[in-house]
Amino acid sequence: MLSIKNLHANVEGKEILKGIDLEIKPGEVHAIMGPNGSGKSTLANVLTGNKNYEVTDGTIFFDGKNLLDMEIETRAREGMFLAFQYPIEIAGISNATFLKTAVNEMRKYRNMPELTPKEFLDKIKERAKILGLDETLISRYVNVGFSGGEKKRNEIFQMLMLEPKFVLLDETDSGLDIDALRIVSEGVNIYKNATNSFLVITHYQRLLNYIKPDFVHVLYKGKIIKSGGKELALELEEKGYDWIKEEELQTENK
Amino acid sequence: MNDSVEELKPQEELSEDMKVLDDLTSSEYKWGFVTDIESETAAKGLNEDVIRMISSKKNEPEWMTEWRLKAFRYWKKMEEPKWPNVHYPKIDFQDISYYSAPKKKPVLNSLDEVDPELLRTFEKLGIPLEEQKLLSGVAVDAVFDSVSVATTFKETLNEKGIIFCSISEALKEHPELIKKYLGSVVPYTDNFYAALNAAVFSDGSFVFIPKGVRCPMELSTYFRINSQETGQFERTLIIAEDDSYVSYLEGCTAPIRDTNQLHAAVVELIALENAEIKYSTVQNWYPGDKEGKGGIYNFVTKRGACRGRHSKISWTQVETGSAITWKYPSCILQGDYSVGEFYSVAVTNNYQQADTGTKMIHIGRNTKSTIVSKGISAGKSNNSYRGLVRIGKNAEGARNYTQCDSMLMGDRCGAHTFPYIEVENESAKVEHEASTSKIGEDQIFYLNQRGIGTEDAVNMIVNGFCKEVFKELPMEFAVEAQKLLAISLEGSVG
Ligand SMILES: Nc1ncnc2c1ncn2[C@@H]1O[C@H](COP(=O)(O)OP(=O)(O)OP(=O)(O)O)[C@@H](O)[C@H]1O
Ligand SMILES: [Mg+2]
Repeated sequence: MLSIKNLHANVEGKEILKGIDLEIKPGEVHAIMGPNGSGKSTLANVLTGNKNYEVTDGTIFFDGKNLLDMEIETRAREGMFLAFQYPIEIAGISNATFLKTAVNEMRKYRNMPELTPKEFLDKIKERAKILGLDETLISRYVNVGFSGGEKKRNEIFQMLMLEPKFVLLDETDSGLDIDALRIVSEGVNIYKNATNSFLVITHYQRLLNYIKPDFVHVLYKGKIIKSGGKELALELEEKGYDWIKEEELQTENK
Repeated sequence: MNDSVEELKPQEELSEDMKVLDDLTSSEYKWGFVTDIESETAAKGLNEDVIRMISSKKNEPEWMTEWRLKAFRYWKKMEEPKWPNVHYPKIDFQDISYYSAPKKKPVLNSLDEVDPELLRTFEKLGIPLEEQKLLSGVAVDAVFDSVSVATTFKETLNEKGIIFCSISEALKEHPELIKKYLGSVVPYTDNFYAALNAAVFSDGSFVFIPKGVRCPMELSTYFRINSQETGQFERTLIIAEDDSYVSYLEGCTAPIRDTNQLHAAVVELIALENAEIKYSTVQNWYPGDKEGKGGIYNFVTKRGACRGRHSKISWTQVETGSAITWKYPSCILQGDYSVGEFYSVAVTNNYQQADTGTKMIHIGRNTKSTIVSKGISAGKSNNSYRGLVRIGKNAEGARNYTQCDSMLMGDRCGAHTFPYIEVENESAKVEHEASTSKIGEDQIFYLNQRGIGTEDAVNMIVNGFCKEVFKELPMEFAVEAQKLLAISLEGSVG
């Protein structure tokens, strides 16, 4: 589904990603952990095509297509979805209007007819229910005045509405209370199937109790310095990052 | 704001002692007509003979001719206002033709002859074919041109005693009303362009809503017979008697091209006790090309007088056109508890310049005003908000709320805010909020990431920004205004 090779990327002329290799197959869940500032959000921005991030080397293929050739919206329509670490507010536009536009853009791209207002409404109601999303949030302006947790929940709600095949979750667990974390994770799990894939960025193993990863990678200073199964997350939770940094230093010195 | 509210003095007093100096140059000037099959146009230039000619062509009563002449004599002593934040080459007022009879025949034979750019815009606005023809001056089918719509419309209004006609017609049918109200809100002494308009105005709309009547439909210039020919110097007068209500729509979203570069309209509204007037404008004059050439200069004086207690006047405007806009729809809140509102979206792109805003003059007690202004600048344009809130000595308990937001697209445009607040009564409450922001890159990215293209994303953000104003527009107008905004800002980001 996603194939990243030797990816290097700059922000404002400074190299942040320094050679990333990552293969994600349909149906897989990968988790990326790593200290603050290591480049996790940068990777998410590069994948989604944010123009503030410049790819200087490497390739990314998404379902066999060259992702780096695509506009941001094309990547989205191809099925790439980012649940933002900091969701953006848009005053004056209701969540419903925004979603309707987005859903119909996706459908248009797939040569599907637009949803009728009734179909759209039914879909909204059904998906909101899965997440226990307060229905008043749907008629409110996009993220404006939402609590931190409501914003995160709204991101997952959008995921359920847009039905992407590849989902990036950037610290979706931060800011969620314990119950919300469970509900949101359930939403993700309901959506998960054999054909879609997830890349989950998180600092806490807790989330991975709910959304079980097939692989865990540690990103440090712009490189994946360790990969493993879900037990790696437990180990990190227990021991922190220092031991891997040590290992990394040693291999570098050899 | 040197043209503010001296107008409250009766104009007669001001003008009577004006000495008339006959313009020597005018005697050499020979006016005449360039007559062809299609239209009658006066030769260029302005003097008393031209004004007499205009007045007699329209078969106006003597007092009207006199009024025009007084205005002209006053105008000659005035100077063009220099304070607006707009720049344009000096206008030669003797190089303009001041009279053109309505065209009898369409200029073009089919839509094939119309500028394709214009047609493309019509398409985007979803304007029906027949209407496109009408707007671009192409001959229309008899069926569509039939006055049947307008006639049924008129009958309904007649039943209620509502008068809705052209000013010329009103001068013939209801001279007493014109005599009583014309120039009573915007006297010709008010400002340079108001004086010019009074002297030479061609035509415009007249609305009279009698006591206790709620006008059952939105009145729009569109339905007024003979409305296709929008005059260069339009004059509109709306009177709402006690306990009446009217909503009036001006303009249309289709881009209007006009060979006349200078437009100086005057609009006067009068609301008596408990009356409400809602005046909505969508203005889309030709703004000039991308280099800023051509384009209309739009210098408008719009003012409403809330004369009665509990009367209310709301101005809502969406301004996307014109090369230069100079416009301050204002409210004079004389009646106790009267309410004035101003909701405005002004968009400038390329080389457009707009200096627009409002004046809220609180005279009566417990008067209330609200100002919501949204300015959007793109390209190399310049967008200024200029607003005056004056609370007079006797305006006990007056309140004003002003919100003034600017959005910039790109870094070559400008947004300016000039708020003037004058408070002479201690009990008044005046609140002012202002903000300037760049269109958010992060917002565009967020929408892009949800599969929405940049053009649509910008439209969404801009429409969101203008929401508070759009919701004041009648439903259909609001939808059109949104589309219009999209077209005006096309290609300005990304
Ligand atoms: N738009 C930007 N402008 C300037 N610097 C940036 C920008 N985006 C990222 N960076 C820098 O790149 C580095 C990596 O940032 P990134 O947000 O990818 O880290 P992260 O791993 O997501 O951290 P966290 O766990 O705190 O979210 C940081 O040093 C950050 O300051
Ligand atoms: Mg991050």
